[in-house]
Amino acid sequence: MITIKSDFLGMKLSNPLILASGIMGISVGSMKKIADNGAGAVTIKSISKEERLGHNNPTMFSFGDVFMNAVGYSNPGMIEAKKEFSDIDRIGVPVIGSVIGTKADDFVAVIEELKDIKFDAIEIPLSCPHTPGFGVLAGQGTPEATYRITKAVRKATRLPIIIKLSANAPDLTIVAKAAEKAGADAINMGNTHGPGMRIDIDSGKPILDFKVGGISGPAITPVTVRCVYDIYESIKIPIIGTGGITTGRDAIEMMMAGALGLGVGTGIYYRGFDVFKKIANEMKDWMKKKGHLSLKEIIGVAHEG
Amino acid sequence: MRDDYPRSLEILEIEKEAKDLFTVFVKNTLDGFVPGQFVMVWIPSVDEKPFGVSYLEKDRIGITFEVKGKFTKKLAGMKKADIIGIRGPYGIGFPDPDSSTIVIGGGCGVSSLAPLMEKVKKSNSIIGARSKDMLLFRNRFEDAHFTTDDGTFGKKGFVTEILEEKLSALDKVSQVFCCGPEIMMSRVIEICKKHRKKCFISMERYMKCGFGVCGQCMCGDKVVCNEGPVFESKDVEGNPEFNHFAKD
Ligand SMILES: Cc1cc2nc3c(=O)[nH]c(=O)nc-3n(C[C@H](O)[C@H](O)[C@H](O)COP(=O)(O)OP(=O)(O)OC[C@H]3O[C@@H](n4cnc5c(N)ncnc54)[C@H](O)[C@@H]3O)c2cc1C
Ligand SMILES: Cc1cc2nc3c(=O)[nH]c(=O)nc-3n(C[C@H](O)[C@H](O)[C@H](O)COP(=O)(O)O)c2cc1C
Ligand code: FES
Repeated sequence: MITIKSDFLGMKLSNPLILASGIMGISVGSMKKIADNGAGAVTIKSISKEERLGHNNPTMFSFGDVFMNAVGYSNPGMIEAKKEFSDIDRIGVPVIGSVIGTKADDFVAVIEELKDIKFDAIEIPLSCPHTPGFGVLAGQGTPEATYRITKAVRKATRLPIIIKLSANAPDLTIVAKAAEKAGADAINMGNTHGPGMRIDIDSGKPILDFKVGGISGPAITPVTVRCVYDIYESIKIPIIGTGGITTGRDAIEMMMAGALGLGVGTGIYYRGFDVFKKIANEMKDWMKKKGHLSLKEIIGVAHEG
Repeated sequence: MRDDYPRSLEILEIEKEAKDLFTVFVKNTLDGFVPGQFVMVWIPSVDEKPFGVSYLEKDRIGITFEVKGKFTKKLAGMKKADIIGIRGPYGIGFPDPDSSTIVIGGGCGVSSLAPLMEKVKKSNSIIGARSKDMLLFRNRFEDAHFTTDDGTFGKKGFVTEILEEKLSALDKVSQVFCCGPEIMMSRVIEICKKHRKKCFISMERYMKCGFGVCGQCMCGDKVVCNEGPVFESKDVEGNPEFNHFAKD
């Protein structure tokens, strides 16, 4: 029997596909829809201490394989989030809580406020490329800041901690090691790339209201594969490969590079809510053709020999 | 591969329709638009918001909007040859109407139904507003039924009263299409249920992406931009948020 069941940070997943943060994850209703469409686990839209309105529209658009967004972490803040996510059991698959902050204390405050929500893990993005005060724009992606924030979060929760990195980091393996050393249980590799910009040539104005935005979708798959491959050799904790996964082929490739979990966000835009079922079936079809019985036989094989 | 970015177009014309209601016309670049679907309208450096299409002609489309806040004020002040962007069409529209379909619009909801009112029997359109000066398309659909809450034009009362009368009087009604305030639409659903008529309604929720990525437009378990905005009534009955709750 071919199986793509996956054990990730103690979560028993029916498959390794995890809804990435910020895509449909704003309510229990929307995440239940994604779970019903075959995701092994889901991640909530990132939550900050205070409410954030985010950037004005247009906040996202696509040019073929390139998807761009500058949502700007719009979210209702931790107090409202506590109400919204009070019945996450209803979703039916493990739920990862994504928490953001402008400084280490903020991450801790949000985690404490949400401590009664039954999350299965906490994800800490230090890597958004288009929101002032957060992620790359606030220097959270350096080895020092990554170590400091991870350390603070480690003290605040017993749940597994996933640190989400940016492919932009020039010293990526050092950042990953810093997170591991500070107590992270896994690395999510990674966030959107860029930022990039596209200008409407008739009006002469950037299309995104925030002018610049992170790039996701199939265009970034090769960079994600390379980043996963690089950090796999330098850390022992497991990796979620996120960035561009759209097909079963992409998923298998990411696992060969060393990913144990697979984040899927923009894939929903390209193939619909049931992209999870589609990818899972494509993975199984390929495994059948190649005579593989489980994912263990695939993970990290690109590093052998 | 999909391309979903705003296509910039010059405004051909802006017309005043009624009090605080305007129509902006641009070239028709929409591929296979179905009435009930919507587009995202971009004013460069201002914002981008969802709107229905009220005039669906071979060469041009019209978007009829009510002046409410920053975006619609700005749009109403724009001039011929100014540039706006159009992205879409998005969502699921109404099914094909036959001549015995009844089409009911309340307030600004009439705008996205107008292309359908052109297709059904003239007396099968029902248009309502609070008052005469806010009534849409009085001249465009002369033979439609009109109601105003205050009785300043047409019948005094609500569109739902005309629907009751029509459904009680004649059998030859195949289905009912409706767009307007949710309190009105839920009443229409009740009436259709009583008379065993199929009913389709068009819902509005706050939208950002318009294509099923951001999750902003959820109504209960429905992704309104993507699985709607047009729903058959049986798909929203029992939805705890329909006619009760909308995120801003
Ligand atoms: C599918 C759909 C079709 C629509 N079709 C029409 C139409 O044909 N004609 C028309 O006049 N209006 C239509 N609307 C509503 C229109 O989008 C809002 O009136 C407009 O965005 C108001 O913007 P504003 O800045 O002028 O007002 P604001 O002061 O910003 O808002 C006024 C009210 O408009 C609504 N609104 C604001 N922004 C949005 C948004 N991004 N998405 C949804 N609702 C919003 C909210 O209920 C808000 O309370 C439609 C909405 C949807 C979802
Ligand atoms: C519209 C949109 C919103 C996003 N919001 C968040 C967010 O709130 N927090 C976060 O950590 N990542 C966010 N991301 C990044 C995604 O989680 C993911 O890392 C990235 O898009 C790459 O994966 P993909 O190509 O599968 O989408 C967002 C991405 C998109 C497209
Ligand atoms: S508007 Fe973004 S999902 Fe509907």
